[in-house]
Amino acid sequence: MSHLLADTRVVFGRYVRQTLRSRISLVFGLLQPMLFLAFFGPLLDGVPLGGRGDSWQTLVPGLLVQLGLFSAAFAGFGIIMEKQLGIVERMRVTPVSRLALLLGRVLRDAAQLLVQSLVLVLAGTAFGLRAPVLGVLIGFAFVSLLGISLASLSYAFAMRVNTVQEFAPVINSINLPAMLLSGILLPMALAPVWLDTVSHFVPFRYVVDAVRAAFVGDYGSDIAVGALATIALAAVSLTLGTRIFRKAGA
Amino acid sequence: MAPILTTHDLARTFETKRGTVEAVRGIDMAVEPGEILGFLGPNGAGKSTTLRMLTTLLAPTRGSATIAGHDLAGEPEAVRRVIGYVAQSSGVAPDELVRHELVFQGRLYRLPRAEAEARADELAAELDLTELLDRKCAELSGGQKRRLDIALALIHRPEVLFLDEPTTGLDPGSRADLWDLIRRIRGQQGTTVFLTTHYLDEADELSDRLIIVDDGRIAAEGTQRELKTRYGGAEDATLQDTFIAITGRGPRKDDLAPVAL
Repeated sequence: MSHLLADTRVVFGRYVRQTLRSRISLVFGLLQPMLFLAFFGPLLDGVPLGGRGDSWQTLVPGLLVQLGLFSAAFAGFGIIMEKQLGIVERMRVTPVSRLALLLGRVLRDAAQLLVQSLVLVLAGTAFGLRAPVLGVLIGFAFVSLLGISLASLSYAFAMRVNTVQEFAPVINSINLPAMLLSGILLPMALAPVWLDTVSHFVPFRYVVDAVRAAFVGDYGSDIAVGALATIALAAVSLTLGTRIFRKAGA
Repeated sequence: MAPILTTHDLARTFETKRGTVEAVRGIDMAVEPGEILGFLGPNGAGKSTTLRMLTTLLAPTRGSATIAGHDLAGEPEAVRRVIGYVAQSSGVAPDELVRHELVFQGRLYRLPRAEAEARADELAAELDLTELLDRKCAELSGGQKRRLDIALALIHRPEVLFLDEPTTGLDPGSRADLWDLIRRIRGQQGTTVFLTTHYLDEADELSDRLIIVDDGRIAAEGTQRELKTRYGGAEDATLQDTFIAITGRGPRKDDLAPVAL
């Protein structure tokens, strides 16, 4: 166990350093949600969205989840490159904990996501978002856990494929429907019954609902349900990721 | 002295779309401590697959192996602590500093930070990398990169060093330098070196003993002189003729066994 912690810190340190060096990835991940914030957010001003709070309290939580969804789901890209360069094998011939090789990377992704989320919320505030600090912090907790889950799945999948060409189309074709069906841009309260029903099968929907509730200061059942969905997702993803990282070739 | 590495009936099969490929069909061998063993064979003979099994990267489908007293299947972590591995292709990140790669590798072997840093400096001095420590890996030449790969594999002072075709793609000067380096590593530390290569002159020059594999099995083993006498017809036969006499052909082009799964 002490090995796992120390190893995780070593691996985390390497990837944090790499991220700090190429600040481009920080900015790149933020680009899409920032565009929505600037060019889509103002359209919603005053439009009845069927939820509580104003349009910014509805949109910004959605964009936070979108940020988590996209930046974490593509995390596996990096490991495919590292596999092709022989870096993964070089690490795997050492006694380092296999789980630390996953956790160190995933924690870097979560840290990066937190910084991006903070920037996004600050920008949202400039546009007119007003939300309780506690609610925003709860929102960050949800997004981090979501990011950890999706990044684990992404790394696990990336370990099983050999090229970026096999990886990217799969992630894209999962992410877009997942985003639309979880009511990220507009709440599902506007949806016809069938669409609302379908969206209940997408776990991210509960995360979006929970973060929206947190942003209007409602710390009740929506958050509880969202927490259950997020923790379940994290448990499944980390178990799967751990299994694949433990097994692969050893 | 007891052998430092033994295998018994070590085998690996791969399931592919075209059926089962038996990449390694049962290898029995013993390597003495401090020996430089040349592990030769045509493409697709099972060299890399054997090496990947011995370095814990690939689980054998059958058989067993013991390295420095540790059972490969039962104690992979203990095996990893006593071996170093240099793969066919270099394993460094292009935009990392040479120093960072060395220290990070030391940390993966759980050296304390200060010790990893000291060891990085020490190895850089031994392997003529000191001037390059604060360069990015992408700026190194082929020969420099190979020396870095070897330094990475030596950071924890392994007892057995596995080298998979270490001089492929190097110019003649760098190859000669690398041969000297490999001899020096064995000479100073008594490190056992397990070397695969395509170059017969390299095998002839460096190895104390050769194992020639073909079609997943050991086809012949012995010192260069023994093999030349037995298969080449004379003590001064070329290793090239000896090799072809043993395997029945020159190097084969297609490699059936996948390198990774």
